[in-house]
Amino acid sequence: MQGARLPSVMLALGLALLLWGSYWGLFLAPRETYMGDVQRIMYVHVPTAWNAMLALTFAFACAVLSLLRGDPRWDARLEAALEVGVTLSALLCLQGAIWAKPTWGVWWDWDPRLTTTAVLVFAFGAILALRQFVDDPVKRATWSAVAAIIAYADVPIVYFSVKWWNSLHQTQSSPETVSRAFHWPLRINAFGMLFVMSGLITLRARLAALRQEEELAGPLPAAAPRVASAAPGAGA
Amino acid sequence: MSPLRAALRKDLLLQWRTRAQAVAVFAFGAAALLLFSFAVGPNAGVLREHAAGFLWLGLLLSSTLTLAESFHAEAEHRALEGLLLLPAPPRALYYAKALANALALAAVGAGLVPVMVVLYDAATPRIPARLGIILLGSAGLSAPGTLYAAMTSQAPARQTLLPLLLFPLVVPVLLAAVKATALLIHGDPMGQLRSWALLLVCFNVIHWSLCGLLFDRVVED
Repeated sequence: MQGARLPSVMLALGLALLLWGSYWGLFLAPRETYMGDVQRIMYVHVPTAWNAMLALTFAFACAVLSLLRGDPRWDARLEAALEVGVTLSALLCLQGAIWAKPTWGVWWDWDPRLTTTAVLVFAFGAILALRQFVDDPVKRATWSAVAAIIAYADVPIVYFSVKWWNSLHQTQSSPETVSRAFHWPLRINAFGMLFVMSGLITLRARLAALRQEEELAGPLPAAAPRVASAAPGAGA
Repeated sequence: MSPLRAALRKDLLLQWRTRAQAVAVFAFGAAALLLFSFAVGPNAGVLREHAAGFLWLGLLLSSTLTLAESFHAEAEHRALEGLLLLPAPPRALYYAKALANALALAAVGAGLVPVMVVLYDAATPRIPARLGIILLGSAGLSAPGTLYAAMTSQAPARQTLLPLLLFPLVVPVLLAAVKATALLIHGDPMGQLRSWALLLVCFNVIHWSLCGLLFDRVVED
């Protein structure tokens, strides 16, 4: 029972931390000198980036374990991590565009991190699409694990190729690279998002595992035809 | 004869016997090159500037046709299962198919170069270097493309799934090949061609090794 309630507890804790961190970031943290209030989006943007990468790294680990062990539970976790990772990466692109417009003057720039994140959304999103088209659960697990491993291995090459091509993004933000006054909302939101992400992955993996059980159990036996069970002349 | 050579011979023979399809793929690529020019207008300077990008986009779009059809013969009458029963590792089947696909794509790419020269006035004296980049780029498209073609040939909506899976993955190939081809057309005063060719080599090494390792799992389950 305690295990069953764990995702809800993680989600509640994560949402509370996100609310607290966002309040601190919006109203208590000092205004940034050069970017002004626009910089406050960092308190959700950077935690989203960290957790999106974490979710996709977890998806990669699930893919490797699913291939090595053949346990359907790793496939259920892979599906969950892919969905959460793709959603967070898409949110990251959206937040990046919102931050880019007032600071760079454009909604989108072909910067390595932005472009790599967009490629990640499409590469991992395509695996989710592939899963929708494959009915056999064993093939679905193997193919999506193979595709996830290849997509993850491709990430550094995409990043470096786009970096050589074009670069505009500022240095990666972390509590060490920003002023101490900005630390706490960043840390609180990072942990908040981590709890929300973990809760969502756990819940989604359970749902996927239930669907797997249903698929592996096969269709329900067909009900006996009414005509056959009715005695001849019963209606007379 | 080694299993790889035997499988390669089989795949090249298949490519040869279905050469009408290769002609159709080339015609598709040439039509795409023609259509790209309508998107940017008749300005000769602008067309020449973007010629490398158009060539590789044309080849990328054509590659989905070549790759999607590459497992067509094996998918019919469960021929792939028969091939897997042969005393040859599935990896040999993958490398043979990927090599045959890379050669077919390189042939289409080499065929599209004169079309690009005529349409966009994008000639270059360094023909061996250009062919080398086409070969490296085609190999980069073929390595993951062949693996995904093996998967999607067994799935419904394969014409949609293959480009959906392949296009985001081959962004580095597209970038490096376009840059290298543009440097060959417009000149390379900073000596950057080597770096882009190296990126293509790295992509090929990683994907040919990884996809070769994973192919067994794709066809055996």
